[in-house]
Amino acid sequence: MKKIFSLLLVCCMLPVFALADEVVNVFNWEDYIDESVLQEFTVETGIRVNYMRFTTNEDMIVQVETNPGGFDVVFPSDYMVERMLAKGLLAEINYDHIPNAKYILENLRNPDYDPDGAHSIPYMWGTVGILYNKTMVDPADVNTWGVLWNEKYRGTVFMLDSIRDTFGVTLKYLGYSVNSREYPLLKEVADKLVEQKTSGMVKAYQVDETKDKMVAGEGALALMWSGDAQYAIDLNDDLDYVVPKEGSNVWVDPMVILKDARNLENAEKFIDFLCRPEVAQKNCEEIRYSSPNSGAIELMGEEYTSNSVLNPSQETLANCEFFIDIPEKELKVYNALWTEVKNAK
Amino acid sequence: MRYDVTLPWWAYTLMGVGGLCFVVLVILSIRRNHGIKRSLFASPYTLWMILFTVLPCILIGYYAFTDTDGNFTFANFRHFWDSNAEMKEIVGEEFASSIPRGTVNVDTLVYSLWMAFLCTAISLVLGYPAALFMADRDMKLGASLVILFVVPMWMNFLLRTIAWMSLLEDNGLINQLLVAVGLPRAQLMYNSPAVLLGMIYNYMPFMVFPIYTSLSKQDISLSEAAADLGCSSFQTLTRVTIPLSLPGVISGITMVFMPSVTTFFIPRVLGGGNTMMFGDLIESKFLTEGNWNGGSALSLLMMLLILISLSILRKADPNGEGSGRI
Amino acid sequence: MPILVLIVQSFNAGKSRAKWEGFSFRWYGALFQSVSIMDALKVTLSVALLATVISTILGTLAAIGIYSMKKRPQSVMMTMTNLPNTMPDIVTGISLMLLFIFTRINRGYLTMLMAHITFDTPYVILSVMPKLKQMNKHTYEAALDLGATPTYALLHVLIPECRQGIVTGALLAFTLSLDDFTVSYFTTSPLVQNLSTLIYSAARRGIEPTLNALSALMFVTLLVLLLIVNHRTEERN
Repeated sequence: MKKIFSLLLVCCMLPVFALADEVVNVFNWEDYIDESVLQEFTVETGIRVNYMRFTTNEDMIVQVETNPGGFDVVFPSDYMVERMLAKGLLAEINYDHIPNAKYILENLRNPDYDPDGAHSIPYMWGTVGILYNKTMVDPADVNTWGVLWNEKYRGTVFMLDSIRDTFGVTLKYLGYSVNSREYPLLKEVADKLVEQKTSGMVKAYQVDETKDKMVAGEGALALMWSGDAQYAIDLNDDLDYVVPKEGSNVWVDPMVILKDARNLENAEKFIDFLCRPEVAQKNCEEIRYSSPNSGAIELMGEEYTSNSVLNPSQETLANCEFFIDIPEKELKVYNALWTEVKNAK
Repeated sequence: MRYDVTLPWWAYTLMGVGGLCFVVLVILSIRRNHGIKRSLFASPYTLWMILFTVLPCILIGYYAFTDTDGNFTFANFRHFWDSNAEMKEIVGEEFASSIPRGTVNVDTLVYSLWMAFLCTAISLVLGYPAALFMADRDMKLGASLVILFVVPMWMNFLLRTIAWMSLLEDNGLINQLLVAVGLPRAQLMYNSPAVLLGMIYNYMPFMVFPIYTSLSKQDISLSEAAADLGCSSFQTLTRVTIPLSLPGVISGITMVFMPSVTTFFIPRVLGGGNTMMFGDLIESKFLTEGNWNGGSALSLLMMLLILISLSILRKADPNGEGSGRI
Repeated sequence: MPILVLIVQSFNAGKSRAKWEGFSFRWYGALFQSVSIMDALKVTLSVALLATVISTILGTLAAIGIYSMKKRPQSVMMTMTNLPNTMPDIVTGISLMLLFIFTRINRGYLTMLMAHITFDTPYVILSVMPKLKQMNKHTYEAALDLGATPTYALLHVLIPECRQGIVTGALLAFTLSLDDFTVSYFTTSPLVQNLSTLIYSAARRGIEPTLNALSALMFVTLLVLLLIVNHRTEERN
């Protein structure tokens, strides 16, 4: 018995000392990659991928700041890139080491959040809209954000448990910019959201669970990102996605390398690998967001370009805005109002 | 598999020195372990406790009373009382007067306490008879009942909670049954009763076991004597058995109440973010807002609250006899 | 009851919970092929084992030490031992997280292990202590009088006397750290996940059938273990 025990102990200790090989630490959103890609990368380069996931930008930055050196490649959203830049967390990207970056669409190469794309390379992009169940919702109703306040659908709405998105679409609904910071506007938004909640419209505030629930027919309407919506539509023909006429938020999720990355070269190799058209195509077809990769778009052809969820029309996009990061001070107002909304009864 | 074992150099040094001291101390004390010298055995543990229990508690206190720059302040507690206080300072004179006191934090605390109270009370009402039944020596059923209670307890509590989801969902088993019988669907999830149900289901064993332990430890001749002296079985129960099992009840109450105030997984899963509890609030202060100071203040308040309620309870059970577990 | 539902559903061939699409072992296959679940299993087991061993040694020594202390320091030590038990998990977790952040130690496997040792040790002490108190005080002295060296007396008299308490404490520690979610959640990085934290993040994505399979397996394993233990104790009686 004693022998078995000590043997077990030794076995447990072993991995602690098995350290010396090539790795890259990747921190990505939940459900945001075709996981077979990771294996392909390892097979091809011999670099192991430590793949970790987060749920919201806000959760991510806390982890990044409290685990210095723990991550090499991170996938923040546009406005979070801005904040990370301001905090000096990001390393400048050496494009010579990432030749496949040439496939990135021209119009995404010089984004507002990161001039000249010096610190980030787009991975996916998409819109925020409404996923609805055609059997429960009249399609004529969903053309406006107001449907989320429509008494007809009481108790069937899933909202996003994510500050910026929920506030953003409500701002749009009320006719303001998604980047408003003035207190009276935000207060109006918060009141609107409180009203929505106290009148029993909302079924739950969630993030990743929602698409599963919508596929199972648990709700009629859901505030959702386009890719998650397309993923759900693929699984249930009753679902459809729309960006309401008031406009919405359009976003980019780029890949960045952290300044304190321990495996810089591997991180560059990893990003380059993801920019390869075949790989980008694979990811795009798995997670169903819009690709910024011209090579991948070419490979996907008609199926991609004719899909209005993945490839929204110019007029839809014309109404949509990018998020700009909210400075810490005003962010506190956001946070306080958001807590108020979530606690409204 | 790979573990991140990179620590700063001084951490290794400290660990090395600590380990060395530990070994030397152990050898020394084993060599001459008469009376008082043997108390040295406790020194590694004392060191460990100071490092990993006392120091962290002091840190919570430190963060709770400082702002982000490390200056002493009571602001964190003011923000607890008035969650809009910070906002008022930021938006300026113009709107500040129109902002009422933000009661979010206080409301959440009251709500959590209320939920925890309900959970404890219901667990007690349901759990006491169960424990009585289990402890009843005449019944063979007792043993299997114990197993029935033990087995789910050994399951991971997250999985236990998730299991409820598939029952309560709109298209879950219960609703499918309802529909099959011809009744309308009911909204069973994403509300307080669902959270309460999850809490009771998860924490009830903590109530049953201490009571069961103290009941089965009881000298059976006491209740026999009561019966011989003319007590009805009901009187025996209320006059003898229940008072004697009080320590178990008290320990059960603490063991149910404490985790129910602080749970954050159950309201997330079964409450769908509609019902925030105090644990939820603390977790999001730390891991979503990255606000160490505010979060620490909340934790400190919770610790105080629990210490107070514990010291009240301990008065009723001075020897801590009922601290049976599992 | 809910667990039974989970078990039944783990054999469902389809991915959706709502529909029954036939009997299959598909998700059990997926379970054993999932790298992240297997990694988490390894982490859980190794942390639980290591934490149990270390905290048992630490706790037993501490119990002997505290037992032979004078009244005043003894009560101080016992209060300190009771403190972590009276603190809610979330506070333990958060206070340790603050410690690691403050000292700039990156959270990960080691920090999780340290946290587990921290909350395990008091339970070991609390289960060894009563056994020491029950022991006849003079046995140890008698052993010394009969010519045993203190070392010998310690190893052959004191420790065997409270063996039962040590075993109980170790078992308790093992269970606790196997089942722990809250403390691990705050003291580890996203890289090192144990089963609980993995289930937590998986549950946020929606329940995967592999999780059903996992819980079914865990349930059956536990049931079998318990039956064996029960059987053995009955035989002994």
